[in-house]
Amino acid sequence: MSKSSREVLSFQGGIHPSGDGKQLSSGNPIQIAPLLDRYRVMISQNVGKPPKPVVKPGDTVKKYQLLAEADGFVSANLHSPTSGKIIGIVDVPGPMGTLVPAIEIEADGLDEAAETWPPIAWRDADPADLLKRVGDAGLVGMGGAAFPTRVKFSPPPEKKIDTLILNGAECEPYLTADHRLMLEHPEKVLEGAAISGRMLGVSNIYIGVEVNKEDAIQALGRRASEYGVKIATLKVQYPQGSEKQLIMAITGRAVPAGGLPMDAGCVVQNVGTAAAVTDAVVSGIPLVERVTTVTGEVVKNPGNWMLKIGTPVIKAIEFAGGVTAEPGKLILGGPMMGFAQKSFDVPVSKNTSGILLLPVSEALTYGSVGCIRCGRCLEACPMNLMPCLLGNAVEGEKFDIAAQNHVMDCIECGSCAYVCPAHRPLVQHMRRAKAEIRKRKK
Amino acid sequence: MSENENKSEVRLPSGSELVLSVSPHLTGSDSVRRIMYKVLLSLVPAAVAGVFFFGFYALVVMLATMLFCIGAEALWCKLAGKPVMGTIADGSAALTGLLLAMNLPPGVPLWVCLVGAFIAIWLGKQVFGGLGHNPFNPALVARVGLLIALPAIMTTWPAPRSLGEPEAAMIERNVTGATTDATSGATPLGEVSTTPKILDRTPQAEMNFSSVDSDRYYWRYFLGEKGGCIGETSVLALLIGGIMLICFNLINWRVPICYIGTVAVFTGLVNFFFPGVTPTPLFHLLTGGLMLGAFFMATDMVTSPITGTGCIIFAIGCGIITSVIRIWGNYPEGVSFSILFMNALVPLIDRWCVRQPFGYVAKREVAK
Repeated sequence: MSKSSREVLSFQGGIHPSGDGKQLSSGNPIQIAPLLDRYRVMISQNVGKPPKPVVKPGDTVKKYQLLAEADGFVSANLHSPTSGKIIGIVDVPGPMGTLVPAIEIEADGLDEAAETWPPIAWRDADPADLLKRVGDAGLVGMGGAAFPTRVKFSPPPEKKIDTLILNGAECEPYLTADHRLMLEHPEKVLEGAAISGRMLGVSNIYIGVEVNKEDAIQALGRRASEYGVKIATLKVQYPQGSEKQLIMAITGRAVPAGGLPMDAGCVVQNVGTAAAVTDAVVSGIPLVERVTTVTGEVVKNPGNWMLKIGTPVIKAIEFAGGVTAEPGKLILGGPMMGFAQKSFDVPVSKNTSGILLLPVSEALTYGSVGCIRCGRCLEACPMNLMPCLLGNAVEGEKFDIAAQNHVMDCIECGSCAYVCPAHRPLVQHMRRAKAEIRKRKK
Repeated sequence: MSENENKSEVRLPSGSELVLSVSPHLTGSDSVRRIMYKVLLSLVPAAVAGVFFFGFYALVVMLATMLFCIGAEALWCKLAGKPVMGTIADGSAALTGLLLAMNLPPGVPLWVCLVGAFIAIWLGKQVFGGLGHNPFNPALVARVGLLIALPAIMTTWPAPRSLGEPEAAMIERNVTGATTDATSGATPLGEVSTTPKILDRTPQAEMNFSSVDSDRYYWRYFLGEKGGCIGETSVLALLIGGIMLICFNLINWRVPICYIGTVAVFTGLVNFFFPGVTPTPLFHLLTGGLMLGAFFMATDMVTSPITGTGCIIFAIGCGIITSVIRIWGNYPEGVSFSILFMNALVPLIDRWCVRQPFGYVAKREVAK
C-alpha cells in the first residue's frame, strides 16, 4: 500500500471520547525520576510463568543485574532497577487487587551499573542472536499486555509473517508516554523497529500514529526511510491501538476471529517495546525503566516520567507534585481499559503506561437502568458485536446465548459501555460471560 | 528541587476510599433521561403548531395527558413496589403522554385522555416490565385502543384556524364532512376514503380527488391548516422537530427517509396507473399522521429494530402497510396500525439482521 499521498487510516466502529486529557501532559518532556531509597520489583510482570528469583536476602546487587530468571519459554527475565541490597521477598498490592510477591531492594544511592552486554551490529547479525538478547533483557510488551517479546518474535514456522506494525496510536485518553517517546527519541523507536524487522525477517515495517500526534509523525518521518520504516497516519478514533483494528487500518487485513495477528501475517509491537529493543541490542541494557504518564486533572504537575520498575505509585504521584484536589479513583493504564486500584503502594511494572488520578466527581459510579435499545453500542463496537444483546444474555445468565453471539470475540475496549445512555456495566458483563464460558469448557 | 516544593497541600485519601470499578472509567455524556428530555424538546415545534391551529384547549389536552401518564406510572410503581421518583424522573412517561396527546383529536374530552394514559402506561408499557421492555409503542397502543373503543370521539375533527380567506372549495369540503357539527369537518384523508374510487384513466378519474388534492392546498397542508390530531397537522413543525432529533443523534435517519420514501413510491405508482384510486404522493406526504409517525413514532428506540439494516426493513414495512391501509383499507389513515404491526415484527427483524462479527469473513476465506 502506498503512503505517498498522506492517507488517514481507520477501522469500522469505535468512539471519540470527549475531552481526552492528553493536553495535560503531552507538552511536557520526559523527566528522569529522582532516585528512591527503596524499590519493590514485582516478580510476575509478564504473561505466562513468573520468573524464578536468583537473589537472596542480604545480597548486594548492581543496576541491570539479574534478579529473577525466566522460567520456561513464556516467561521473562527480571533485572534490578538500581544498585543496593536485597531485603527479601515481600507481598505488595498488585495491579489486579491481590497481594503479589515482590523483591524489595534497599537502594545504596549510587545507582551503580553492572557490566552491560556488548552491542550487537544488528544489520548483519544472526536473528537468533538478536532474539536471545531480547529474551535476556527481559523484554515484554510495554503497551499493556506484557507478553514476552521473545515469544512474540518466535512465530511458529508455518505462520508466514510479512508485516511488522509498531503501535504508536496511543488511543487511550490521557496517556502521552508513547507520544513523548516518539517525539524525543525517534531514532531509538525507528532503530528498534528495524531490529525487530530483522528478527522476524520482515522488511515491510509500519509505525501507526494517530494524527493528533503530528509532531511525533514529523519527527519519525524525518528519518524513517533510513531505517526502511513507513509511517502510517491513523484517524483519532478509539480503539485505534487495538491490535486487530490497527492491522485492519494499516493493511486492510482482518485477523480471523479467535486468531492472533500472526494469522493475518502481522506482528504488532508497542513503540515503547521497540525502544527497549534498541536499548537491549545497541546499548546492551535490560528493561528496568520505562516512560509512564502521571496525569489527571487533580495532579499538580502532570507529565511523563522515566520510572524505574518497582517505584511505588505514591512516589510517582509525589514526583508530579502531588494532588490539588482529592482524587476519587486511581487507575493504572488509561481510563478506557486501565484498572482501578485500591492502594497507592502498587509498584510500577514493565507495562505501566499511565498512572491516572480521576477527581471524585468523575469517579461516580452510575446506577444502571434497563436497555432502551438505542443501538449506540452496535455502532461503537469495533468488533461488530451486539453488546446490548450480550449484556441481556448475561443479565439473564444465558451464557450459551452469549457464546452463540460471539462474546468470546469481545476485546473489552469499553466503547459500548462508554456510549451506553443506560450506563450498563457492559464490559463487566462480557468478562463474566467469558469467564463462565471458559469454566464450562473445562 | 527541594523536598518541600514537592509536597502537596492536599492529602491523598487512604486506599480504601478510592472507588473501585470496572473499566471504562469514562462515560459519554448522554443518559436515558437526557434522551427523553431531548425528544420532548424536539416535540415543542409540533406542540406550538397544535396550539396555534386548534387553540388553547389543545395545550390543556397535552398537559393533562402528560400529567395523567406520569400519574399512571407513579401509581403502577407504587402498586408494584418500584421506586416511584426514579422511574418518573427518566421522563419517559411524560414523553409517552405528549406523544399520545399529539395523536388525539383537538376536541377530545379530558376523561378520554385519562383512559388513554392508563392504556398507554399500564397496558402499553408497564405490564411488559417498564421502559425498554415494551414491544409496542405505548402511545400508539393507547391511540388505537381509544380509536376502536370510542370511534365517534376519536374521529371528530374541529376545523383548524384558517391562514387566510378560506376558499370556496374548502368551505364546501367542511360542510360535506361526516358530522353535522358546524365547527367540525373531515380530515383530507377522511375525504379521500369516502370518495368512491374510479378504476379507469378517464379525465373524471384524474379529477376524482380534486376537492382535497390540489396545488391550492399543498402549502396550507404543509404549514398545518388541515383537520387532524393535535400534533400531526403541521408538516413544517414536524420537520423542524425531526431535524432536531437527527442533530441530537436520537434517531436513525434511515427510518423517516425510508418510511416516507416508501409511501411516496407506493402511492405514486398506484396514482400513476389508477389516478381515480388514490391521490398524488405529495398529498399523501402532507396529510395524516405520516410525518409524526415517521419522525417520532416509528423511530422509538425501544420498539424499533436495533441494527441499521433492520431499521430500513422496518421503515419500508411501515410505509407499505400505511399505503395499503390508506388506499384500500376501511380506515382513512394507517400510520398507527402499520407501526404497531411492524413493532410486532421487530424481534424477527433483529434475528434476520444479526451482524457478522469482525474477522469471520476472513476465517471462511482461510478455510477454503
